[in-house]
Amino acid sequence: MAEFGKTKLIGLMAVVAVLVFAATMLLVDIFEKKQESRSPFFRVVELTDDTEDPAEWGKNFPLQYDGYVRTVDMVRTRFGGSEAVLQTPTTEDPRTVTSQSKLDHLPELRRMWAGYAFSKDFREERGHAYMLEDQIFTERQQAAPQPGTCLHCHASVYVPYKKAGDGDLMAGFEKLNPLPYAEARTHVTHPITCIDCHDAVTMQLRITRPGFIEGIAQAKAAEGFSAYDVNRDASHQEMRTYVCAQCHVEYYFKGSEKRLTYPWSKGLKVEDILAYYDEVQFKDWTHAETGAPMLKAQHPEFEMWAQGTHARAGVSCADCHMPYRRAGALKISEHHVRSPLLDVARSCQTCHRASAEELLDRAESIQERHARLRDVALNSLVDLIDDIKTAQAAGTDAERLDAARQYQRKASFYVDFVEAENSTGFHADQEGARILAESINFSRLGQRALMR
Amino acid sequence: MRRGHGAFIVVMVLFGGLIGLGAFTFVYADGASYMSSDARPCANCHVMRAQYEAWQKSSHREVAACNDCHAPHSSLAAKLAVKGLNGFNHSLAFTTGRFPEPIRITDFNRDVTEGACRHCHDAMVHAIDPVPEEEELSCVRCHVDVGHLH
Repeated sequence: MAEFGKTKLIGLMAVVAVLVFAATMLLVDIFEKKQESRSPFFRVVELTDDTEDPAEWGKNFPLQYDGYVRTVDMVRTRFGGSEAVLQTPTTEDPRTVTSQSKLDHLPELRRMWAGYAFSKDFREERGHAYMLEDQIFTERQQAAPQPGTCLHCHASVYVPYKKAGDGDLMAGFEKLNPLPYAEARTHVTHPITCIDCHDAVTMQLRITRPGFIEGIAQAKAAEGFSAYDVNRDASHQEMRTYVCAQCHVEYYFKGSEKRLTYPWSKGLKVEDILAYYDEVQFKDWTHAETGAPMLKAQHPEFEMWAQGTHARAGVSCADCHMPYRRAGALKISEHHVRSPLLDVARSCQTCHRASAEELLDRAESIQERHARLRDVALNSLVDLIDDIKTAQAAGTDAERLDAARQYQRKASFYVDFVEAENSTGFHADQEGARILAESINFSRLGQRALMR
Repeated sequence: MRRGHGAFIVVMVLFGGLIGLGAFTFVYADGASYMSSDARPCANCHVMRAQYEAWQKSSHREVAACNDCHAPHSSLAAKLAVKGLNGFNHSLAFTTGRFPEPIRITDFNRDVTEGACRHCHDAMVHAIDPVPEEEELSCVRCHVDVGHLH
């Protein structure tokens, strides 16, 4: 039997110690991952249909909550996103940071919206975390009194609506809409929270916004589905779009009760929406330079997406804006909602087998073409506005002026529809090009109407 | 001699402890399941769940499981070597959490798969292969959905 030296013995013990250490670590890691995959979450607090505070939900779902709070990040993409712009706080606006002005970037917008609050202040959208703050302090609040309706999409309103309506969501919605903004504001606390999209007990996706519940029912009726109840009839994959479409849509405030209405009873395309507005003879404002009855398109992301190739392939908003992410043994949706261009690997490469650079380049080339076409359309519209002004000064007859103003309304709504849409054409590039071409044509027809 | 004998016992006990711990870890981690050609163990750790489900929907599910396309057919030694290498790499990646998403095949393993395609479809492929000097055709460049339906 070999004689063991003291050094050799200590050396062997050290080796065994390291191996046991490593094996135990591995064992514990395997154990933890097995536990993780067995129980995707731990219920540490009881959530109810009245739990509004996202931090409470975050105790049960820390991974999702971590992503959610990161929507404070301000990151630019080439054509969008927000970058932090420092500003000196005032008593009206205590924000020290805001985002870049789109009015400075596209001065034609001031002409397009002359006489309307948007010509005073229009900035790049920031992340979800800022939705309430940015609405409270936009200069548009000073330019024109805003109703409580705005909160439908700038705050977590599910619990406040229920409270205001004594348990009835629709009644609360109807009660808060006509209030002055400042008064309605006292009913809400948070920007978007978990309960706006999730059922507190089952965690299933759920629609909570009255505007969308009514709007999608009308859009489905136009397709031939009567009595559509979105929370009963939509599939899970559809819900992964619909929860976003609760707010990322075109809308208007109907009548003196300021009821939030999605103008979809004739369909989701721009011409369907314009036809609806023409039929109900709605206008957002009267153009300060020409007197034309104008429409302001809001942010029809859902409507534009619906015309695109990704929608046709069944790809939902969440597939690209909240891609799946692995956390240990779990697969979760990224709750840091943001541009897919900031996470091409998870957002695009799950389906598209090309390098991240190639995919980003493809997306940006679509956006660049779109941006150029949009600039042409805006310039054409400004030309029409100039021509109408000149014609007014020259005493052109009312019939010709009115015809030109109608074309201004159309051209303006069409270009606004794709400009306000937050993807610089990517959600539906060919539809975007078609709409911009039609806008340019309306501007041309307006100029021709003046000449006849 | 007494001293040496005592040290030997201590070392043997320590090694015994290590073997016991290792054996338990192996059993607890379903180590033996990886020795089979069954497809299910490949999704043991859930990371491969999407690939496993996509395979179940693919045209090859009745005729080829994971090993049939992802391990070489040339010899048993080659098969075990590739399984061992990938098994180690996968365990390391999953334990450390360091791997890119979405998961993509490495060039080495793509070559293994190409060989597997040709193992079964050689007669057909031979006729359409370009002249030997030129770059070889890659089956999965076009037939991307046959193994995992996307």
